[in-house]
Amino acid sequence: MVSKETGSILEWVRVQESDFSVEEETDRIKERSKRIGGIVTFLGTARDFSKGKDINRIDFEHYPGMAEKRLNEIRERALQDYDIIEVSIVHRVGRIETGENIVLIVVAAEHRKDAFRACEWCIDELKRITPIWKREETTQGEVWVVEHP
Amino acid sequence: MVTVRFFAVLKKLLDRESMHVDLHGPTTLKALLDRLEEDIPSIRSVIREGRTLIAVNQEIAQEETLVSDGDEVAFLPPFAGGQH
Repeated sequence: MVSKETGSILEWVRVQESDFSVEEETDRIKERSKRIGGIVTFLGTARDFSKGKDINRIDFEHYPGMAEKRLNEIRERALQDYDIIEVSIVHRVGRIETGENIVLIVVAAEHRKDAFRACEWCIDELKRITPIWKREETTQGEVWVVEHP
Repeated sequence: MVTVRFFAVLKKLLDRESMHVDLHGPTTLKALLDRLEEDIPSIRSVIREGRTLIAVNQEIAQEETLVSDGDEVAFLPPFAGGQH
């Protein structure tokens, strides 16, 4: 089950099955303010090899409602704790083939340092507290993956 | 009635996605687990060994947390990013 298939493109935090465009997301954030002087993006993609096993495909499952809530909290805390202008977070769920996009974080600030720091914090925090699970289908069977940051 | 949901690997381990439990007034999560154990004898060992978190209405809860009619209780195995 997918949470209200992301709602509108105007939301700054989304969980969705469909792919996203990095360019569209950065353009959208750029329009947010004329004060923006630097945009940092983190794009997570699906690799084809992990822990010694070839991966055929990945499935992401999330807790609809709670996952979006946590992502919104991350955005709000980043805006509060770092000197930045806007944050956008998009995470895909469902079946994802190797090479495809998984997660995108876009942070805009007046100056690059704040954008870099906030972007790194956002992806670390996303991985730590967001109820999203990853199942890899490998050549040796299925495995639920828990990464160790 | 409380809705109980299981996610990711727990769905496979416990062979179910969700279930409903009738409560007679507010009860602790610990007491709810006792009730669930009647249907799923392995639930406590699966939770312990799997380092599972439990959420009540999408907030992380403890065994003393009170659960009432209409609440949603979710069993969350470790997230992909490596929490707990």
